[in-house]
Amino acid sequence: MLTTAPTAVGDDAALALWVLHELHYRGFAGVDDGLEWEPTLLQVRGLLEADLERRLRGRWTPPQGLSFVDDALEWIDGQDGVSLARHVHRDADRDQVLDLLRVRSLYHLKESDPVSWLVPRLGVPAKAALMELQFDEYGNGDPNRLHHHLFATGMAAAGLEPSYDAHVDVVPLEVLEQNNTLSLFGLHRRLRGAALGHLAAFEATSSLPSRRMAEGLKRLDLPPEIIAYYAEHVEADAVHEQLAVRTIAAALLDEEPDLEADLWFGAFTCLDLEDRFARRMLDRWGVGEVAA
Amino acid sequence: MSEPGVAFEHPDVVLCPGGPMLLRGRHTVEDADGVPHETTRPVTAVCRCERSASFPWCDGTHKVLPPKLRPA
Repeated sequence: MLTTAPTAVGDDAALALWVLHELHYRGFAGVDDGLEWEPTLLQVRGLLEADLERRLRGRWTPPQGLSFVDDALEWIDGQDGVSLARHVHRDADRDQVLDLLRVRSLYHLKESDPVSWLVPRLGVPAKAALMELQFDEYGNGDPNRLHHHLFATGMAAAGLEPSYDAHVDVVPLEVLEQNNTLSLFGLHRRLRGAALGHLAAFEATSSLPSRRMAEGLKRLDLPPEIIAYYAEHVEADAVHEQLAVRTIAAALLDEEPDLEADLWFGAFTCLDLEDRFARRMLDRWGVGEVAA
Repeated sequence: MSEPGVAFEHPDVVLCPGGPMLLRGRHTVEDADGVPHETTRPVTAVCRCERSASFPWCDGTHKVLPPKLRPA
């Protein structure tokens, strides 16, 4: 029986956790679907997740005297992380943008899926509120409008391999950690507050950056399909950020007020991981820091 | 807690402090030039700061305005 985390660190540990999480989504060709619930693998997964959660919580300081429902959007606006969208808007070259699309694909090709784990774990008002948002993410019943399908269509138009998990070999550690965190928050019912806090911060930092992305992609003459993905997020996420805070988080806290701290933890973690990812990508491209 | 038989609040129009107006359901919004715009989502954010590049829909621009220029 395993009682300590495997000794792999950094990239290897993050990749191992990502592979274990993928067994719960789409799995891998040639890998037995039954391994999803294989006890030894679940144990390894648990040890790697405990290490990840400990590191994430170690970076977080709870804000004092703020109400999530009233203050989260303004608090999120005030956290000025490094902005990749600003770089793409004005300065990025085509290779950098294609690199960004490849590494973002790890999440965008399963966009919103980790959040769907939460649905059965919520009370009636929070569940209905979350589904109001998720329905839009999944195209309102029209598969052509489903967001991760829009991204795949955009990738193919840009000449990139759009198949699920095709680019895992080129992603930096920070991307694996972003994805692992979403899966950790989504798969553990106990972390439902953190998952919905993450959702709020994710949506609240999407609308204006998506506009910059769309403008940057136009500047570089990328195909309309990938521009359309970002254009869709300008308006969709202007709605979703309001829903995430004012209806979903409010309904959650109405039933489970003790989850407020985890809402903040999730929101902070989303922004923190994105800032670390942005710094890594600018470093990889040899570009100096770009203000938010 | 959720009590069976108790109606939850679920307004058709929600005014977000400092931000857009949320509109639930299908509607036609006519802009100042008389041009009609159909909503396409279950919930739509209608711009109230009048500076959205996607007017009449919200694009988040209110967030970069000084507080006195944001809608009440």
